[in-house]
Amino acid sequence: MNKTINQKAWFFVIPVFVLVAFNAVIPLMTVVNYAFQETFGNNVFMWEGTRWFKQIMLSERFHASLGRQFLFTFIILFIQIPLGIAIALSMPKEGMGVPVCLVLMSMPLLIPWNVVGAMWNIFALPDIGFLGHSLNALGFDYNFTQQIGDAWFTTILMDVWHWTSLVVLLSYAGLQSIQPAYYQAAEIDGASRWAVFTKIELPKMKKVLTIAILLRFMDSFMIYTEPFVLTGGGPGNATAFLSIDLVKMALGQFDLGPAAAMSLIYFFIVLLVCWVFYTLMMRNEGNQ
Amino acid sequence: MKKVKWIVPTIYIIFLMLPIYWLLNMSFKTTTEIINTYTLWPKEFTLENYKTIFTDSTWYTGYLNSIYYVVMNTVISVAAALPAAYAFSRYKFLGDKHLFFWLLTNRMAPPAVFALPFFQFYSSINLFDTHVAVALAHCLFNIPLAVWILEGFMSAVPKELDETAYVDGYSFWRFFLKIFIPTITAGIGITMFFCFMFSWVELLLAKTLTAVAAKPIAATMTRTASTSGYELGLLAAAGSLTIIPGAIVIYFVRNYIAKGFALGRV
Repeated sequence: MNKTINQKAWFFVIPVFVLVAFNAVIPLMTVVNYAFQETFGNNVFMWEGTRWFKQIMLSERFHASLGRQFLFTFIILFIQIPLGIAIALSMPKEGMGVPVCLVLMSMPLLIPWNVVGAMWNIFALPDIGFLGHSLNALGFDYNFTQQIGDAWFTTILMDVWHWTSLVVLLSYAGLQSIQPAYYQAAEIDGASRWAVFTKIELPKMKKVLTIAILLRFMDSFMIYTEPFVLTGGGPGNATAFLSIDLVKMALGQFDLGPAAAMSLIYFFIVLLVCWVFYTLMMRNEGNQ
Repeated sequence: MKKVKWIVPTIYIIFLMLPIYWLLNMSFKTTTEIINTYTLWPKEFTLENYKTIFTDSTWYTGYLNSIYYVVMNTVISVAAALPAAYAFSRYKFLGDKHLFFWLLTNRMAPPAVFALPFFQFYSSINLFDTHVAVALAHCLFNIPLAVWILEGFMSAVPKELDETAYVDGYSFWRFFLKIFIPTITAGIGITMFFCFMFSWVELLLAKTLTAVAAKPIAATMTRTASTSGYELGLLAAAGSLTIIPGAIVIYFVRNYIAKGFALGRV
């Protein structure tokens, strides 16, 4: 669309700008304050320069939680994106099945995150949970509160349960926008199912898939409540992802300086990855 | 081939429903049955857990608090986002692209980063433990999202609509309220759905900003789990009830859900 140049449009943006700035800029300045200074309370601050940043960048604890975070995000993207596309492809295109599928599949998205954690805790408990009990009955030695592997398995399964539907719904919307004429042409040309997928469906889904990956990356990278309720970051620190580790440092140990420095580094990593995605996405939009 | 296709969504839906079923199952059991036996359905069916929640004010006020700040947040977010999204979809202005990205960065900010500063900030302006505080705090991620979704829907409306209205002598606000908003009702519905959803499911900030007066239901659950023993049945009943508002909202937007999730950008 051709947009007209109009500087008065700023007036329309002012309410949003004020509300978000009120929430984002002022609190973020507090974080910056703590990140460069040492405080003993009572508003007494001492300049520390980049000491906290160096401390965090060199600490093994940060490397470990960052590593766990990337591994987790990578695994869930690797499972959820292909699985979501596959489910969207096999969903009915019209008729009664459509609303039934859509409503049932959106259910997990609207459950408060700590309820998701509590629900999976009850579901996976080895003695009274359906999942834990069944796995043990089948001969697996399953206990997510004790064994690291099981804790990871449960956390990932929970996230797949919770968020795959978002990918399904986005892909489905992309698929619905394809005109039937494309499929008819493909049939006349005798295109294989695989060719239809790679040449017609995938390109049409590109835009929505970018949104899906962007949203899933952002949200999985800041995951806190669900694993906190499910495993509490344990056993040990095995499932302490970045946010869990950060809250532990800031509110548990009250190491405000290092926690603030970690916050800024954390935020910067998310921004960097999202900026790359966003630029790619906007370039795609420009082409069409 | 046709039959095989049904299998994948069916298996997936069963997988989705299993933990929900288990939660419901637990909520109808007595505490002794939960602890002592493993049963696939309640042997002694009881509504005791639900009765406790509906009669004990610490429980049901939690629901009211949650619904109160979620609705407030949805209204603020959509009302503020409407003109802004219009500006982004129709006009070029100084710094528009940077501003749009800056808004989105707030959707990317991990709430854990903001928990402590929010607590200090809202305490210092005497808004701690009020519904307004949570509603405003949730604007941090809901306003950017609302602007993003609405901008997508508005860009899909041809600009000729605006121009015709001006030629017909409509003033801007009359056009905006009488013609433009009705044409994007579906988009507004979807936006409200998303704002409701993300405000309803968020807990970290809501919990940090409240103590007693505005405590969300989800936080009440955490407290009960840790202090008054391990009352799984009660916890399960409270959890089951938190699913209901979401289910109602989904039902209302079911026809727009597919397109809406693509944020108007298909």
